[in-house]
Amino acid sequence: MNETTWHSILFWIMALIACGSAVLVVLTSNIVRMAAWLLVSLSAVAGLFFLIGADFVGAAQLLIYVGGTLVLLIFGVMLTASGPLANLSTPSRDWLIAAIVGSALMILLIFTLINPGIDWSTDSLSENLEAPSGKTTMSIGLALLGIRENPNASSYLLPFEIASVHLLVVLIGAAYLARAKRRSDPPTPT
Amino acid sequence: MEYLTEQTSPTLTDFFLNLDLPPSLTYLLVAVIAALLLLHFMALGALFWIWLERKVSGRIQDRLGPTRVGGRFGWLQTLADGLKLITKEDLIPEEADRPLFRLAPYIVFASSFCAFIALPFSGSKEAPEPIAWIANNLDIGIFFVLAVLSLEVIGVVLAGYASGSKWALFGGMREAAQVVSYEVPMAICVVIPVMLAGSMNMAEMGHQQEGWIGQWYLFHDPFSFLAFWVYLTCATASVKRAPFDLAEAESELVAGFHTEYSGIRWSYFFMAEYASMFLVSGIAAILFLGAWNGPIPVAEILGLEAHLIGRILGLVNFLFKGFLLVFAMMWIRWTLPRLRIDQVMQTCLKYLLPMACGLFLGATVWQLFDIPDYWGWIAIVVIVAAGYYLPYFSGKPTSTTS
Repeated sequence: MNETTWHSILFWIMALIACGSAVLVVLTSNIVRMAAWLLVSLSAVAGLFFLIGADFVGAAQLLIYVGGTLVLLIFGVMLTASGPLANLSTPSRDWLIAAIVGSALMILLIFTLINPGIDWSTDSLSENLEAPSGKTTMSIGLALLGIRENPNASSYLLPFEIASVHLLVVLIGAAYLARAKRRSDPPTPT
Repeated sequence: MEYLTEQTSPTLTDFFLNLDLPPSLTYLLVAVIAALLLLHFMALGALFWIWLERKVSGRIQDRLGPTRVGGRFGWLQTLADGLKLITKEDLIPEEADRPLFRLAPYIVFASSFCAFIALPFSGSKEAPEPIAWIANNLDIGIFFVLAVLSLEVIGVVLAGYASGSKWALFGGMREAAQVVSYEVPMAICVVIPVMLAGSMNMAEMGHQQEGWIGQWYLFHDPFSFLAFWVYLTCATASVKRAPFDLAEAESELVAGFHTEYSGIRWSYFFMAEYASMFLVSGIAAILFLGAWNGPIPVAEILGLEAHLIGRILGLVNFLFKGFLLVFAMMWIRWTLPRLRIDQVMQTCLKYLLPMACGLFLGATVWQLFDIPDYWGWIAIVVIVAAGYYLPYFSGKPTSTTS
């Protein structure tokens, strides 16, 4: 009984919550409740990130997915949750098709996990792997600026700069699309 | 009384491990104790602050506030109100979405509680090793707090939607727009002390501000001086306090997103609101006002730094700063009129956000060129003098008897 006990217990709890609420997203028929189950699922994934010691990623998951994307989703859902979208029920024929496709995909994934085709224990990538201990911020920050401890590892400077330009373009595009459109008034007779 | 002056073991976990308990029980025990301490602080704090709000609002409005319950100053008034709220009928409207209606107050309360996990109440650099009185000394402290505070929005939006009434829905949407917008300049203002400290660890920021009052990040350079005031404004907006309290505008939206909530569910929202007020005040104290370090390092002068009593003095300092800023928020609420929703959004997007970006740029440039400290002090004095004398140059009457 030591730290790994709690680690395992919490992992099982978080994993069951994440997967269970993801399934419930699909099974619920009320669209706002779907968004609420998605909230639970994404928060459990953030919990899983914290469990493996990736603190920065876990907090970023909470801030961006839950605090940003999900708020946007809930806004959109609340404003349109009337009429045909308030109660989404799937016809049984769709359930059958979904079950066939879903189980085919699952069999493929399980097969790949059991027979990966490479031996993970002697792969050169796995030699330098170590679990993050929670203090990942500085290495993430430096990696985004192009500095890494292992000189053979790739830097993330170019993706960082491209993402910044991308965000600027999106911001300008959104501001343009949401601008107040001036209507030209017809000339009034004096 | 020797235990106050002896050097105590650094953390609660080490204390229990030294008792030779099995480690898994130790972690559980430490987690439960930390959670209970924080819950008690939130609950008793809410009790005190609600009473304080009623007294402060009464005095500002030239009346007394509660005076009868519990003796002289009505100090048990909040407890009496709490008892009333617990025994009230649990009404859920016909149109409400019942599970979401029930869930929403807990989301708001839980997110406020989670943010307290990363808040250091006291600390010391000179103890056997640098320690802090904090539930979980996260390396990403302030980032975690910002992330968890953004969950509060979801609780409010769900409350607004699940109430099944249009006042609640409008209140919830307005409040979500407001809080989400104000997170941006707030985060930019928070990045300035993070840059000055070189770490997001709030205990580390407290350790670095040790010393006399000049060590506080508030007085580090004029840009962080202004960032403190911008941060306070954004923080007031993000906890939905006046003058940004459109979400609960009693004169316009009945009660906004919590219109349909009564009894103990309503009080969860309010405990969370007062706890969040202290949280953002505590963060302002840690980031800008030197955390648990007082203006004069008394414990260091007396040589008591490594001992428990030094840390208790630090706790008193931190609580004093937090409570002072909460009092300032209450003071502002009952002095200034409420802003309209378009004015709220305009303030954020057209004024505070460019200000925050400019201050961030300035603080970065200040660090880059390593400008000597006396320029910083001169600039701060100039800013304060300009702020004081600016109304005299604006062409509007400044005296009430003119």
